[in-house]
Amino acid sequence: MSDAAPPRVAIVDYGLGNLYSVKQACAYVGLSATITSSKPDILASDAIILPGVGAYGDAMATLGTLGLITAIQDYAAAGRPLVGICLGMQLLMSGSDEFGQRDGLGIIPGRVVRFQDPVVDDHKLKIPQIGWNGIYRVKAMVSAGGDPWTGTFLESVADGEPMYFVHSYVVRPADPDVVLSTTRYGNIEFCSSLRFKNVVACQFHPERSGPEGLKIYRTLAKMISDRITGAVE
Amino acid sequence: MNVRIAPRLDIKGPNLVKGIHFEGLRVLGKPEDFARYYYENGADELIYMDAVASLYGRNSLLEIIERTSREIFIPLTVGGGLRTIEDIRKVLRAGADKVSLNTAAIARPEFVHEASRTFGASTIVVSIEAMPVANGRYEAYVNYGRDRTSVDALEWAVQAADLGAGEIMITSIAREGTGQGFDVELVRKVSDQVSVPVIAGGGAGSVDDVRRVITEGRVEAVALASILHYNYLKQAQQVAGGDYATEGNTEFLKRGTGFSRVKDASPRDVKSHLAANSIACRYSEDAGTHV
Repeated sequence: MSDAAPPRVAIVDYGLGNLYSVKQACAYVGLSATITSSKPDILASDAIILPGVGAYGDAMATLGTLGLITAIQDYAAAGRPLVGICLGMQLLMSGSDEFGQRDGLGIIPGRVVRFQDPVVDDHKLKIPQIGWNGIYRVKAMVSAGGDPWTGTFLESVADGEPMYFVHSYVVRPADPDVVLSTTRYGNIEFCSSLRFKNVVACQFHPERSGPEGLKIYRTLAKMISDRITGAVE
Repeated sequence: MNVRIAPRLDIKGPNLVKGIHFEGLRVLGKPEDFARYYYENGADELIYMDAVASLYGRNSLLEIIERTSREIFIPLTVGGGLRTIEDIRKVLRAGADKVSLNTAAIARPEFVHEASRTFGASTIVVSIEAMPVANGRYEAYVNYGRDRTSVDALEWAVQAADLGAGEIMITSIAREGTGQGFDVELVRKVSDQVSVPVIAGGGAGSVDDVRRVITEGRVEAVALASILHYNYLKQAQQVAGGDYATEGNTEFLKRGTGFSRVKDASPRDVKSHLAANSIACRYSEDAGTHV
């Protein structure tokens, strides 16, 4: 067990976002991460992280040019672990309203919409939302009994823990049951993380959310390792 | 929404430096030491500014960014001397999350649009160094507060946001490094006129100056330098004895002269004061103990 090689994670490089910080967070928790846009590398990995900051349409166009759209879709359909972060989360959805209608990867049914005039005390909030904001358990799930974060990548995080957000758009999953956490920006409550089968995703940047964010990476690393061990046995 | 406290580290070669009105830079020590301390003591993000725009001449800044990214897991903004899309790409590849543009953006505003299109608006901060002129107006300066432009700072802020800047950082040159408090009027004007977040900089001399610029200037983030750096130096000198003093020009601290106006504080002290005044910030009593 101790001589097992660390899980291999492919960080999908489509030219946007701070991939280096994702890689460093992976290294910090013992994952062997490669920044890559190579389809064979991605298919050979134990998990994919789809990161990103930037424009939706450009990101999809680049994924298309790199021939990665079906690769990522097939990877997810095969039940293998896929993690979306920020724009990467949004790309997993059916599509976005950013600068007209854009198709997404369509792995999770739902849409991506712009923040609609967030206000607090009649004071207009700035867009993008840039900064630390709390993530909360979904109340309906808590009252249904049990802890909805148990067994998920949020299991070691406290309710309301601030995480670092940078975004102008939010996801609206078609099925509310996939929502893992919600966050409020002024009067707007949005889905800040979700789980859909083997896919998890968050709007915030755990690799930029200090020690609490690294706990999420640590949980992810354990989940990926456990999955490999289980598959081998 | 939590207000952000962003330590600003001005860097010259391998050193952290600090001046007054962007002049008379003193060497304070190694930026990585300060950065780590701020990370462990409640900073929400870090700003690295290359004081001499030496990005191409020497690679030390890129190395500092890489080392920082390996051990510090909060956002990092890097600025100073970025002139091309390729410059920005290099800094982001080294581990920066955002870049701050000033001189090259004023020389060619379209650069802001191109950078925003290429890397996303939230990656692009436009930094404005403002100096008061007649009739309540402000002029934007470039080249680290040295050169006039005749560009109106407020009009430029609005234009920069329209061109795709995701954030505006507004620094008062007149207050910078003085500890006299922020130019709240300037900051409020900018914040009222742009729809993107604003970072206020220049002049913090006490924790209450920070509170005031948040409540009266209505900003989303505050950049702090002297007030934090002098606090860190005091702590470091206590821990390391005389060692630290040999690295930086810190005689002024021992003499207690020159900066008596600045009542130094750690990021955590700043946040305690904000929390006590009901200002939402990421603040927890035990932060740092689990780092």
